[in-house]
Amino acid sequence: MRDSLAAFVRKEFLHIFRDRRTMMILLLMPIVLIILFGYAITTEIKRVPVAILDQSRDEVTQKMISHFVASEYFELYKMIDSEEEGQALFRQGKIRMALIVESGKLKGENEIQLLVDATDPNEATQLSAYATQIAVESGKVKVESENANSNAKPLSPFTFHLSPDQGIAPVIKLLYNPQLRGAYNFVPGVMGLILILICAMMTSVGIVKEKEIGTMEVLLVSPMKPVYIILAKATPYLLLSLVNIATILSLSYFLLDVPINGSLLLLVGVSVLYALVALCLGLLISTIADTQQAAMLISAVVLMLPVILLSGMVFPIENMPEILQVISNIVPAKWYIIAVKDIMIKGLGFGSVLQEIGVLALMVVVLVGLSVKRFKIRL
Amino acid sequence: MKDIVVQKVNKAYGKVQALQDISLHIGEGELFGLIGPDGAGKTSLFRILTTLLLADSGTASVCGLDVVRDYKEIRWRVGYMPGRFSLYQDLTVEENLNFFATVFNTTVEENYDLIRDIYVQIEPFKKRKAGKLSGGMKQKLALSCALIHRPDVLFLDEPTTGVDPVSRVEFWDMLDRLKRQGITILVSTPYMDEASRCDRIALMRGGRCLSVDTPEGIRGTFDKHLYAVRSASMYKLLLDLRTYPDADSCFSFGDAHHFSIRKDVVEKEGEAAFRRNLQAFLTAKGHTDIGIEPIKPGIEDCFMAL
Repeated sequence: MRDSLAAFVRKEFLHIFRDRRTMMILLLMPIVLIILFGYAITTEIKRVPVAILDQSRDEVTQKMISHFVASEYFELYKMIDSEEEGQALFRQGKIRMALIVESGKLKGENEIQLLVDATDPNEATQLSAYATQIAVESGKVKVESENANSNAKPLSPFTFHLSPDQGIAPVIKLLYNPQLRGAYNFVPGVMGLILILICAMMTSVGIVKEKEIGTMEVLLVSPMKPVYIILAKATPYLLLSLVNIATILSLSYFLLDVPINGSLLLLVGVSVLYALVALCLGLLISTIADTQQAAMLISAVVLMLPVILLSGMVFPIENMPEILQVISNIVPAKWYIIAVKDIMIKGLGFGSVLQEIGVLALMVVVLVGLSVKRFKIRL
Repeated sequence: MKDIVVQKVNKAYGKVQALQDISLHIGEGELFGLIGPDGAGKTSLFRILTTLLLADSGTASVCGLDVVRDYKEIRWRVGYMPGRFSLYQDLTVEENLNFFATVFNTTVEENYDLIRDIYVQIEPFKKRKAGKLSGGMKQKLALSCALIHRPDVLFLDEPTTGVDPVSRVEFWDMLDRLKRQGITILVSTPYMDEASRCDRIALMRGGRCLSVDTPEGIRGTFDKHLYAVRSASMYKLLLDLRTYPDADSCFSFGDAHHFSIRKDVVEKEGEAAFRRNLQAFLTAKGHTDIGIEPIKPGIEDCFMAL
């Protein structure tokens, strides 16, 4: 029986290698995704055009402005002479933030007004936070910030009263990712996505394809045990996903400078466990779907969407309504991404990801049971 | 014991009754044909016998093994070629054959003598992908794959559908040779002309088994006179023949219509007189180039008469 299993696995590899287009997609997809997320789809703030109105023109404000210009977050678009000019630039979409330094207050304590284009609320929050930080660092300042909309009148201002001379000044230290690099978040996310895609989608499509072309009928009327059929189908995709893990990790390590702080072995181990969950999901889908298209659709809707939306890859789980937070617990990618972040970024050991490993292992057991039970020995 | 026994098997898909009370006994070494149009229930019966489908009621056994209880054992002993072309299109001829050999825990070399006659015809193309073979060669490869483990019983579901006439004849010649090796063969086909190649046939329609006999026996049950009638206007001829007094039936068969009439009607007026009367009847209806000749009934005529 071992011979037939080996022959079966060999046959599966032949299918994959003969289908050049699919193989190229499988091997290139992680590279494209990493490059897309790494360079194109980024939520990081970089070189945002800013207009500055300096009515004070003293030493302190000059120093602060030079701080702003020097930071990689902001880029000076223009020094302006009036607030109206700033509003016009907002409307034209030339700037996303305006900094207004008012004159004639106490020496050394200027009041700054921040106007931020809040059409993208997340970005606006980040921008005002960065600006405040720079302003605070560059001197004794009191910051007043205001949200603006590019085509509307300024909204009701919200004011930061930051006076380092009085009260408590927080000292912020960012752990694990001091530069707030987006790559630290999406590399684990992309790994979660790719493994689900390749293992679940390809396995389900692979099995359903045999049903569709009628070879499953012949295989069933053979002494080949169903469990061998399943094993043989899953093995090549498991190996292929290992290749993808290697691709993603080396790309993120060498190209995006994402560190691998924890044990590489543990990281690969967790990835294999997650790939197993995905394989089992693929098997389960193959027992439900009758055509390749159906298998593809189910994989996309049932697997990919939750991975993108509910795993915490794009949207933080803590901000979701409670019901979605509960549902997110059955999304394997959530646990995988947490574990990968712990190992890769935080450099934690086996003991810290015990819960995640446990959940994933439980999922494998349940899913294997379900799909072996559902896998029909007849048509 | 390489026989097949089917007893009162019923199978329904929802409201559609696919098989109704089918009982058959196919002896060891017999070449048995299931003849019937699409939807007759042939494939359902195949799937029940190959342990792929469970019957709603009734029992069936293959090689003395129950198809439900002993399904694992049966799967070692039967060869099955489903109706659809079920080989891996992206694998070569050789790879397909080797794969199916290993699935059955055997090798091509071990049973090469059994498939040699068939395989030599496709061996020149053994490096070609199965998807690139012609219909006839695909069937030969599929048959080789179904035979590679030397099965006791061979199930062939419509093996000649979509295959050219020359390859069909070759295919039946191969089945004859396999039969001589002692393999029991159950084959289905929608082509009535292939029925005469079987030892015995079962005519099926609408999930029922209409009659089971040797091809000669079935032809012998046709108790009417049969004529092939032609004229210049074939469609009008069909309608007119059906209006002939005492006409039994008239069906279009290729280039002629098969017109049947009860024996006593013909004998009352005499064979030659009947043909003259028919000729006169058709001439009166405006037909020209009329040709009427008595013919022997084929399986299809018997099938239509049932």
